[in-house]
Amino acid sequence: MTEITLNRIGALPQIFPNPDDYLFVTGLAGPARDAAALTNDGANMFTMAGCMGAAMTMGLGMALSAPERDVVVIAGDGEMMMNIGSLATIASQAPKNLTLVCVDNGGHGETGGQDGHTSVRTNLAKVAEGFGIQNVLTVSTDAGLKDAAEFVKSGNGPRFLWLRVMPGEPTAFKRNMNPAECRVRFKTHFLAG
Amino acid sequence: MDGNVHPHDDDNVHPHDVWSRALFKQFKDAGVKLFSYIPDAGNARLVELADEDNETRTVLLTTEEEGVSLAAGADLVGERAVLMMQSSGVGNCPNFLSFVKGGNFPILMMVSMRGDYGEQNPWQYPMGEAVEPILEAMGVLIFKVERADELEGAATAALNTAFKAGKSAALVLSQKFLGAKGF
Repeated sequence: MTEITLNRIGALPQIFPNPDDYLFVTGLAGPARDAAALTNDGANMFTMAGCMGAAMTMGLGMALSAPERDVVVIAGDGEMMMNIGSLATIASQAPKNLTLVCVDNGGHGETGGQDGHTSVRTNLAKVAEGFGIQNVLTVSTDAGLKDAAEFVKSGNGPRFLWLRVMPGEPTAFKRNMNPAECRVRFKTHFLAG
Repeated sequence: MDGNVHPHDDDNVHPHDVWSRALFKQFKDAGVKLFSYIPDAGNARLVELADEDNETRTVLLTTEEEGVSLAAGADLVGERAVLMMQSSGVGNCPNFLSFVKGGNFPILMMVSMRGDYGEQNPWQYPMGEAVEPILEAMGVLIFKVERADELEGAATAALNTAFKAGKSAALVLSQKFLGAKGF
């Protein structure tokens, strides 16, 4: 068993020190809160609080439609597992401008911390590689965050960054959870840029 | 044409070639760039056309709801997509159709029916009969095609509903229009 010592709090800002350079899509629950804190719920990020499993292909649709921008999906292990086939869809399309970040706490933090598949046997790095995503990095220590920051800037996408974090509360951050408002906010900001 | 022999030339013309060409042109003229799909006899020719065209892109999905979120992602950056699937796939979509009522995302779908007029496979009926109730429950407007002369008008209505009014729309192609598969 890999020893996991990575603290999710403060991890994303070390990987994305210039968050304004990206378009972000997040799944629901803890990773959305970590991510919203990264951009201060910025207009370049669309966070979800439902539609579990949608984040990866939403990022794909965005990456294919805005090929000149770098798109990052931030989602939990449960979100990824719910639509794990999305990784095949993404691998086949092979968008160079898409990075997937899985914030994996090994369980279902939002519903009481029940164990998830990745805490037992499921190895998401091998899963991503098996689906055909060629650039994959696993980080499970604070020291590895430097590698993660390099990884998201280097080579071509699609990239898969598996951040194995310790169980624990996500970043305390309240974000706008009205999807219609967030859609208009994102779209207006993007089209103005 | 490039002068080469194509598998669909002459007497081997795909049975859905004529209407698929017309519908592809309507979609393309309306600015649809991404054509996501799970393969079905009813969308096969349209997918080929979208694949051959340099300005449109096809996206093979692993399950139909991926196409709902793919379209929502495209919408966020001002682009347009259509999700093409068999009626059975509508059953995979409802949770993701929360984007419709919750977020006002304009999702455009093309559903090729099984389990309606003349269906011979009993497995297809439960979802075939549930397509319209599911779409209605999730706020997707239905534009049904039963005869060839209804297609152009229904497609225009669906495109305008999605991309001018900003409401989600499903173009539903019945087996009366497509023909029923034999078993």
